[in-house]
Amino acid sequence: MPHDHAHGGAWPRPSDNYVPHVHGPDEPPHSHPDPGVDPHQPLAGGARALRVGIGGPVGSGKTALVAALCRALGTELRLAVVTNDIYTTEDADFLLRNGVLPAERIRAVETGCCPHTAIRDDISANLDAVEELEEALGPLDLVLVESGGDNLTATFSKGLIDRQIFVVDVAGGDKVPRKGGPGVTAADLLVINKTDLAPLVGADLSVMERDAKARRGDLPTVFLSLVEDRAAGPVAEWIRELVRL
Amino acid sequence: MSLATLLVLADGRLPAGGHAHSGGLEAQVAAGRVGDLDDLAGFLRGKLRTSGLVAAAFAAAACRRPGEWAALDDGIDARTPSPALRKASRAQGRALLRAGRAMWPLPSVGREAHQPTALGILARAGGLGPGEAAVAAAHGVITGAASAAVRLLGLDPYAVHGLIARLAPDCDRIATEAARRADEPVDDLPAAGAPLLDIGAEHHATWEVRLFAS
Amino acid sequence: MRAVARIVAEADGRGGTRLAVLRGESPLLPRRTGGRGGGGVTVHLVGGAAGPLRGDDLRVEVAVGAGARLTVRSVAAQLVLPGRAGLPASRLDIRAEVAGTLCWLPEPLIAAAGCDHVTNTRVDIAEGGVVLWREDLVCGRHAEPSGTVRLSTTIRYAGSTLYRHDLSVGPDGRSAAVLGDFRALGALIAVPGLAEGFAPTDRAAVMPLAGPGVLATAVGEDIREVRAVLDPLRAAERPDDARAADRPANATAAERPADARAAERQAETATCG
Repeated sequence: MPHDHAHGGAWPRPSDNYVPHVHGPDEPPHSHPDPGVDPHQPLAGGARALRVGIGGPVGSGKTALVAALCRALGTELRLAVVTNDIYTTEDADFLLRNGVLPAERIRAVETGCCPHTAIRDDISANLDAVEELEEALGPLDLVLVESGGDNLTATFSKGLIDRQIFVVDVAGGDKVPRKGGPGVTAADLLVINKTDLAPLVGADLSVMERDAKARRGDLPTVFLSLVEDRAAGPVAEWIRELVRL
Repeated sequence: MSLATLLVLADGRLPAGGHAHSGGLEAQVAAGRVGDLDDLAGFLRGKLRTSGLVAAAFAAAACRRPGEWAALDDGIDARTPSPALRKASRAQGRALLRAGRAMWPLPSVGREAHQPTALGILARAGGLGPGEAAVAAAHGVITGAASAAVRLLGLDPYAVHGLIARLAPDCDRIATEAARRADEPVDDLPAAGAPLLDIGAEHHATWEVRLFAS
Repeated sequence: MRAVARIVAEADGRGGTRLAVLRGESPLLPRRTGGRGGGGVTVHLVGGAAGPLRGDDLRVEVAVGAGARLTVRSVAAQLVLPGRAGLPASRLDIRAEVAGTLCWLPEPLIAAAGCDHVTNTRVDIAEGGVVLWREDLVCGRHAEPSGTVRLSTTIRYAGSTLYRHDLSVGPDGRSAAVLGDFRALGALIAVPGLAEGFAPTDRAAVMPLAGPGVLATAVGEDIREVRAVLDPLRAAERPDDARAADRPANATAAERPADARAAERQAETATCG
């Protein structure tokens, strides 16, 4: 089907390497991520907090990233966190111990051994938690929903969050971006974490970057080492941009 | 009455929060009282004739008596001594109403309805009757816990579904009794208690590490 | 066998309690026991015959007026026996109306193999009344299967139903949802609450009811295990000063700050004789 990608619209601002183009009539039918069209519903402007999901495999550093974002954004944004770890209070305790967020700004949700169900198929417990936070704390700017550790296919429902971040780490192997899966291909931001470990585990960051680009088109990917950047600078900046919209 | 609508209401994939609740099973597994299929069969039979009968009767009554939802909710409170179970029931009621609002026009209800009350409200909104509300409630009581057993104990899912199939006639019988009594005064509605479910729910709520919300 | 016992306790106007009515018939014979100290009276139910047996129809009526304090106990366990086949289930109806303080602390009911019995309990508590209500059940004598017993309990406070609980036990249907392999069960309902609670275990819990009041439940291999958990529990005093009025009446001790508990202990006197 001939179609034109140069649709207008406020979102997103086309990236630097985006070139508007038109497909010819002989091309076979196909689909691919359309960089000119926002796949999301528009954000509810100011009516409620921006909800950002943070998913990724076990041990990739989701909770550490949430803690870093709380440190970076906690003073400038009205912020709350919902955590879905299989251990009811462990992640919440991590945030509390690190002194990054007071207890009343954190809710833990049990997922019945199915972390992906709680963020995708049946989001009711998470929605309840988000709404309880909004009711208890008054208007918020940002709610981070951290999924329990799952596999590469676990993504958030758009009924629960506005944007999602997928976190993988270099220690999981530099082939993870090539494997793809909905988390890697469709997340609004892919975070390749623990880059400080790359030399130790023999991971080639340039391979990961190239594969991520191939899988994700123009969707952004950032490299992160929370050892070197305790405030998760590029991720925090990405979120600031969203909140400003 | 639409059979397909009943299947929609009783579908385990209905996004109404059920997957995060084990129906009290996680506590009994941890206490060593449920470890295999026979134990699970006993657990489900006991649950069906106690909390299953109560849930079915209140779902049927809520379906039949739209003006009495608050009184029915008080009746469930009086039959649920465990605060953890009251909280779990209200959380599931809230989730069910959230799903229900997306499916049918629902009348305005307090957000904190108990699960059986909410189920009766949805059944009514979907054009179903008290008998269907009761059978959906009884079915949900056993399938929720059975699904949790598959996840918690690694039981053979075929064997567990064989058990659910064998319990189907019991489910029907409980639902029939529940629907027959749906017009009784609230104090006379079924009140079959299950002490280990109450104790287990309270103990479970104190655990540092748990996989299910209840 | 049909029998009715009636106990009416009233305030005597001098800070004590008098028994306005104390009558019964075999097998329900109430006897006043104990001293007269502490402002309350104690009555023991003395079994005048074996049973209950199938076909028996028994009724106990208790009324405690405002300002009166009554404790009811029994001298021995209530051993429910099979009786003649073909007769209807034995039946015990208990009706209590409480404006003062009632402690109902009978010995356990033992469901002997082959019995068929129903106990129906209804307690109406007026606003401000204090009740400690104990129900213990043993499923079968030593190493025998349980008989069939249905307990139906309704406790109302100030016109609303606070606690509604039925329990059925019988020879079949062991279930880890109901009693599992346990043979003994105890329940203690306290209105407005208990002086002290305990943290839940996988065999016992103290549960604040939705209305005012608390339920403590314990299961055990035998009744001694249940008693070890429930016997030490005491009713909270009805708050009668401003200091106590600002805490919820149904809060368990564990939920309240330590200083409130200490103040309460200080204020506490023995409610039940």
